[in-house]
Amino acid sequence: MSAEPRLVEVRKNVLKQNDIFARALRERFREAGVFVVSLVSSPGSGKTAFLEKALTLLHARSRVAALVGDLATENDAARLARSKAPVRQIITGTVCHLEAAMIHNALEGWDVAQLDFLFIENVGNLVCPSSYDLGEDLRFVLLSVTEGEDKPLKYPTIFNSADIAVITKMDLASAVEFNEEAANANIQAVRPGMRILKVSAKTGEGMNEFLEFLEIQRSRSRTASAV
Amino acid sequence: MHELSIAMSIVEMAEEESASRGNAQVLSVHLRLGLLSGVVKEALLSSYEMACASTPLEGSQLLIEEVPIEVFCPKCQVRVRVSSMQWIACPECGTPAPEVVQGKELEVVALEIKE
Repeated sequence: MSAEPRLVEVRKNVLKQNDIFARALRERFREAGVFVVSLVSSPGSGKTAFLEKALTLLHARSRVAALVGDLATENDAARLARSKAPVRQIITGTVCHLEAAMIHNALEGWDVAQLDFLFIENVGNLVCPSSYDLGEDLRFVLLSVTEGEDKPLKYPTIFNSADIAVITKMDLASAVEFNEEAANANIQAVRPGMRILKVSAKTGEGMNEFLEFLEIQRSRSRTASAV
Repeated sequence: MHELSIAMSIVEMAEEESASRGNAQVLSVHLRLGLLSGVVKEALLSSYEMACASTPLEGSQLLIEEVPIEVFCPKCQVRVRVSSMQWIACPECGTPAPEVVQGKELEVVALEIKE
């Protein structure tokens, strides 16, 4: 028994458990041939309206489903269910983000091989979700025109953790004097090369482009996994 | 604020490590924290204290080494440290650098123990 303190090396990722779940999910999604998209944004940026529109349009031609995370209430699941696509609510309680294990649990009883697309709507929060891999193929970060063009500079981590940016509520752009050029520049400053889509769930502007983009990404990922 | 659940994971990892070493007393936990990890140092430090309460780690210290953001500059063809989180680009030539090679770490690297 030595009384002298000593340093022992550990080298373990703190989010190891989440990463293990996320890796297993990604593998399962790839085998099932389902393309998985997650949405992150601040509360009120229009994730649910955007997703409802996307599900409604996609439901007509593809097999789609969605999981939606909130601290409380099943309101969003009820809204999304109007699209006729299967939807499940994940109630996180006090947890401010989704974790891979929650996705795993929420999928119980669903045969993901029967799906072309699965959407995961994260809890409205621009901070915490950035640290958690959910096994998704693409992470979209939404920014509404009403929020201010400097949001990417204020929350660089979430923008950096995402693959695609979506500017929502474009129908309000002129009313709020949205400076598109500044928003684009700010996004590029924190995530160089990030693709930016512009949509309005209300008027449908940009929705077809978004859906086409998804179809292309999905067929690309299928080709890649077939090789 | 997800720092508390992260602090609890750190405490759990340290407890496991201590148990595997004959319940050695943990004096401190050394953590590498990337500036792009999405975890705030100050919040993590105060959460750590809470997470340690009534566990064998009570009274231990969390020592955080902040890891700066480094990118690979496609023009200079070298790893460089970015000057700001708001400008992910090569500070030498100004080229935007999408490839982040360091700065997302959230890793327990070592424990100081007393057996």
